[in-house]
Amino acid sequence: MSILIVALVFLFLGRESIPFVQSHGLSEIFNEIWRPVSFENEQFGMLALITGSLLVTLLATIIAVPFGVVSAIYIAEMASPIEREIWKPVIEMLAGIPSVVLGFFGLVVVAPLVKSVFHLDSGLNALTGAILLALMAIPTIITISEDAIRNVPQSYKEASYSLGASKLQTIWKVTVPAALSGIVAAVMLGLGRVVGETMAVMMVTGNAAVITFDPTQSVRTMTATVAAEMGEVPFGSDHYHALFLIGVLLLMMTFALNMVAQRVLKKYRIG
Amino acid sequence: MRSITRYAVVVAAIGLIALGWGCGKKAEVPAEKTSIDIKGSDTMVNLMSELAEAYMKANPGKQIAVTGGGSGTGIAAMLNGTTDICASSRALSEKEVGLAKEKQLTPSEFVIGMDGLAVFVNPANPVDSLTLEQVKNIFQAQVTDWKDVGGNAGKIVAHSRESNSGTYVYFKEHVLNKGDFANDVRLMTSTAALVQELSTNVNGIGYGGEAYGKEGKVKALKIKKDANAAAVAPVEANVLNGSYPISRPLFLYTGSMPSGLAKKFIDFCNSPQGQGIVREVGYVPVKG
Repeated sequence: MSILIVALVFLFLGRESIPFVQSHGLSEIFNEIWRPVSFENEQFGMLALITGSLLVTLLATIIAVPFGVVSAIYIAEMASPIEREIWKPVIEMLAGIPSVVLGFFGLVVVAPLVKSVFHLDSGLNALTGAILLALMAIPTIITISEDAIRNVPQSYKEASYSLGASKLQTIWKVTVPAALSGIVAAVMLGLGRVVGETMAVMMVTGNAAVITFDPTQSVRTMTATVAAEMGEVPFGSDHYHALFLIGVLLLMMTFALNMVAQRVLKKYRIG
Repeated sequence: MRSITRYAVVVAAIGLIALGWGCGKKAEVPAEKTSIDIKGSDTMVNLMSELAEAYMKANPGKQIAVTGGGSGTGIAAMLNGTTDICASSRALSEKEVGLAKEKQLTPSEFVIGMDGLAVFVNPANPVDSLTLEQVKNIFQAQVTDWKDVGGNAGKIVAHSRESNSGTYVYFKEHVLNKGDFANDVRLMTSTAALVQELSTNVNGIGYGGEAYGKEGKVKALKIKKDANAAAVAPVEANVLNGSYPISRPLFLYTGSMPSGLAKKFIDFCNSPQGQGIVREVGYVPVKG
């Protein structure tokens, strides 16, 4: 059933984007300038949008993974039961914050902070977006990795202790490798949320479609483009079909991400 | 069996009632047209829909259909007689007036509101006024430092609305003379977000309906038509008398003197309630 739905989504998106490919060609994807509304010359280059999405996702991963995994290890292995009782609900609450609210928080608090800390011209940039996305991915990463770490059989740890290993040594050499498949799954799920997230990113990245790998520059992500422009686009125009093509690209990206996650999971599966 | 029979009877009864009600409605011969079409300006689609909805709520049974397509499309439709009212954010061109004469039409013009766009900066910015040319150059990245337009040294960070906004298109058409924005202009999802960002960024600049400047979070610049002209502040009075350069009247046109529902609707637009809606949507009312 769910396979059927995915197939239908693919089919529909594909059908709606074909007219664009016919009129502009696939090479248009790698054109640099996205300027869909213009009196002079409309351009639908998607390279800037793709690099924008990649940059924000990459930055968010760099921030979220160390934070998430280390917190999970702490909560699962080091925290006292009382601490655990306090932290777990707090983290789960973080996961429940609607992205619009987080986006507003980003606009009012994070963006001015990033601006003054790094002495920038504007706080609306890829870094601010990535920080918000990391905030969204961290609860997922913590919750799932923590489960995985706690599911490592006690006998593994006891064997390690009996060989004279300290607690830290046991965690790094025994517990974490044993729980790695779960941790990787957690990271991938967190990343899935990051790639598809729209609202918070749209509110704080500035949405200027420029190609850059500088975190302090404004970027425009693929999701934000579709969300911002779909509402008013003339039905059946080149712009309309171009937005569907972005949807196809986005779907292919998440698809690829899931495939990689599956591979990794298989490779590290214990037992 | 019995329950099924009873079921059938109920269904049939409901069907009959519905049929009767439908016929009864059709039987009322309309004394005047009960539906009109409004076509035209994309900028005004929001405003016209709000007005039409309010009118239909107050007058059940009347239908007003609002479609966009652009002022030019609306005017053409009016001249061809395919729409009852045309909404236009520009006056008729001479050519269009000529066309109307050829078709022996005498278009009536009604102004229902004014659209004034303010250019906003941070309140701490020492710059108080810019010429239209300077504004254009800033948004096209030909001027990138505030010191070139009389401010403190600092890189100008330009903010625009998203390309789906009518304001975006209007700014592009009238301030940038149909040119394109520079690539690194930041696109904001709403005027509220834009104002919020400008309130924290000393080097920011952006634009939006003049009503957004009233809270004092941002400073609305005075605009000079050219280097020699006087600087005019975007306040309601200046928008109304046309001295503020980035403003335009919002027109309704009918092919001949309006009558019936079209006249009633236009009267409603100029009533206190209609003008209140004009203000709510973000334009300057022309009456009271």
